[in-house]
Amino acid sequence: MPTLTRWFIRTALIYFVAALLVGVALMTRLVIDLPPLAGALGPAYFHLLMVGWVLQLIIGVAYWMFPKFSTEQPRGYEWLGWTTYALLNAGLILRVISEPLNAVQPQPIIGWALATSAVLQWLAGMAFVANTWARVKEK
Amino acid sequence: MPRLSVWLVRTALIYLASGFTFGALLLFHKGVPLSPALWQLLPMHIEFALIGWTVQLAMGVAFWILPRFAQRPIRGNETLAWLAYGLLNAGTLIVGLGQALGAPPTLLLAGRIFELLSVAAFATHAWPRVKPLGA
Repeated sequence: MPTLTRWFIRTALIYFVAALLVGVALMTRLVIDLPPLAGALGPAYFHLLMVGWVLQLIIGVAYWMFPKFSTEQPRGYEWLGWTTYALLNAGLILRVISEPLNAVQPQPIIGWALATSAVLQWLAGMAFVANTWARVKEK
Repeated sequence: MPRLSVWLVRTALIYLASGFTFGALLLFHKGVPLSPALWQLLPMHIEFALIGWTVQLAMGVAFWILPRFAQRPIRGNETLAWLAYGLLNAGTLIVGLGQALGAPPTLLLAGRIFELLSVAAFATHAWPRVKPLGA
């Protein structure tokens, strides 16, 4: 298993646990009083699960298992794979922090942090598609 | 990778790029408001990311990886799998675009039925391939 795949999958596993912890927090507030911030965690919960866990696991496995790009570069452009990893995680972490804050006490700096997280994640998605497209081919 | 898997996975990648673009626009708008009309993209973001990308990718990889048969056709009834590809994409586009554009409910229902028929066709194709190696 390539080093980058190990990073993707281990990070995905961390998000999996984190997502379920946020899920517990969302339900806990129905039983006991929690700060309003806890009530704004719904989108973070869903995206920790679908982007942090599911998508990141898929990216890691695809990088490892998809048909070879070429003999010299079997997994395409490795730097693009690492760029995907860095952008996706920077964007997702920034989102998980700034989105609930923006919901309970909106401020320009928090709003721009959220907008930046959108750009980072979008760039990660495009980098993954660009590096994967040519590897999806008939044998 | 067989031809149908190439079509399924590449189409899934297009949906991922589209779904990510709509999602990024919505998230950007949450932080720095651009236009309230952007919220109309939400159903397409959800439909494209969940059905167009995730479901279609799983179908593409399953068609490629599931055990094959010793005799031709080695991947079983490919017609059903191609039918699943067509129905899934028709359904995803109808439901995603239809919700965003305010299409009549009967059209949205038709889209969901296409998705259901797609999954039924794919399950029928895949069922006999879920077997021990060499069987």
